[in-house]
Amino acid sequence: MNIEIKVLEILEQNPKLSAQEIAVMLGEDKENIEEVIKKLEQDKVIVKYHTIVNWEKTEKEVVEAIVEVKVTPQRGFGYDAIAKRIYKFPEVKAVYLLSGDYDLHVVVEGKSMKDIAQFVGSKLAPLEYVLSTATHFIMKKYKDAGVILEDGEKDDREVITL
Amino acid sequence: MSNLEKYISKSVQSVPPSGIRKFFDIVSEMKDALSLGVGEPDFVTPWNIREMGIYSIEEGHTHYTSNFGLLELRKEISRYLKDRFDLSYPNYRDQILVTVGASEAIDIALRSIVNPGDEVLIPEPCFVSYKPCVIFAGGVPIEIETRPENDFKLRAEDILPKISSRTKAIILSYPNNPTGAIMTKDDLKEIVDILKDKDILVISDEIYAELTYEGSHVSIANFPEMKEKTIVINGFSKAFAMTGWRLGFVAANEVFIKAMAKVHQYIIMSAPTFSQYAAIEALKNGLSEVEKMKEEYNRRRRYMVNRFNKMGLECFEPKGAFYVFPSIKSTGLPSEEFAERLLYEQKVAVVPGTAFGRSGEGFIRCSYAYSIETIKQALDRIEKFVLSLKTQGVFQQTHENNVVVEK
Repeated sequence: MNIEIKVLEILEQNPKLSAQEIAVMLGEDKENIEEVIKKLEQDKVIVKYHTIVNWEKTEKEVVEAIVEVKVTPQRGFGYDAIAKRIYKFPEVKAVYLLSGDYDLHVVVEGKSMKDIAQFVGSKLAPLEYVLSTATHFIMKKYKDAGVILEDGEKDDREVITL
Repeated sequence: MSNLEKYISKSVQSVPPSGIRKFFDIVSEMKDALSLGVGEPDFVTPWNIREMGIYSIEEGHTHYTSNFGLLELRKEISRYLKDRFDLSYPNYRDQILVTVGASEAIDIALRSIVNPGDEVLIPEPCFVSYKPCVIFAGGVPIEIETRPENDFKLRAEDILPKISSRTKAIILSYPNNPTGAIMTKDDLKEIVDILKDKDILVISDEIYAELTYEGSHVSIANFPEMKEKTIVINGFSKAFAMTGWRLGFVAANEVFIKAMAKVHQYIIMSAPTFSQYAAIEALKNGLSEVEKMKEEYNRRRRYMVNRFNKMGLECFEPKGAFYVFPSIKSTGLPSEEFAERLLYEQKVAVVPGTAFGRSGEGFIRCSYAYSIETIKQALDRIEKFVLSLKTQGVFQQTHENNVVVEK
């Protein structure tokens, strides 16, 4: 497997590991790994080092919703122009173009349900080319970005002679 | 001693309880202790395999299977051994037996071949069960010391002086627990040359075969002149992270399988049925998961070896299994004292090398079947401990110059 992919796999699991540590794990030179990481960052292959937080365990009030948006694609721009209008709002965390029943899958974050309702009602729905919206509030997250958020599988191995 | 002890058989009395158990009784009582002691994968069995276990129960597969194991599983094992290790057991009805873990396989292999007084050669350091199993079978274990200067490989010259007219078998276990040593084709050739003309059987415990990090696993049964005299043991625990399913297997000549099946059928009947269905799935669709786990172990292995060497605990590079076996001789402490003090002073549990035989003195076994975070934290603590020994002047003068302790 190519070294870039190996580095990416390790960093995706644990961005806190240093270039030195990754170098040791892969049996490579530290300088080499530093260069690989630098290049991946420059090429925007590594876009950002992100932390997955289970906000439910904190005092912070966060509400998230998924908004299904049906739009009319624009001549010459397709869906890109309208997607761009939508992703520029700071309330919007993610925008995906989908096949199927609706076109854009928009993840919106706010302090309260009212916040989100207001955003959808006053900013998103009235946009030109938006035909309809359907808002689904996220009640609970079980798994996010490949990580199970509950205090799930913990190391409960007992001592055994082997 | 209780009055009832006198009823216990001499062979059972003669076997001491495992050195690991004794040590880890202390660990389980201790809060915030980090352990590098457990010898089983930290990965949970891959989901497709678990799901097949559940499904087989839902389907009502709750009865015994054939004593030998499900025919479909034996067929898959035969295919697997051929594909992965070039071991040919095409007559899977008679050449393969499914067991309750590789542990049972070791036991019934020994019980099928050992007569009272027969000697069984056991290279050390080794898995804790071999010696007791030989004793329970009425045999006499004969230790062969393997050395760090040979990367803990078994040498022909180590074996030769131990062979006597009573030698019945030798137990090979590569990749090795606890050292992580492997035997290459050339290494094995040397052994084959001295064994091929002798009436000595080989029990080859290859449970860690899939966890070979450099090159590919070679079995002594790959040598045509040894095939007939070798009993190959393997299982699902380590490779597929299926320790709790208790499933292993034996591949050997029909004559040996027939004998082992006798012992197996009278005491075990058959291996757990749902485990066998899960194992079929493991062999059919589980190998990509094995590769992923192996890749992760490999990264941890390199990390751990590097850290030990840096802190002045010389560590040869293990090529298989999931243990490192660093030397602690430079500290001047014996293994048990080192492990005990490390536990009390820094709350890290490792296994003293002596738990695996006398030749393990001067070493500790650390498992890397733990998350990289746990490994990192534990090694930080070990480093602190080693540094404190150094400032206390415990390190022997002669080693002073070689020891690099980095903060």
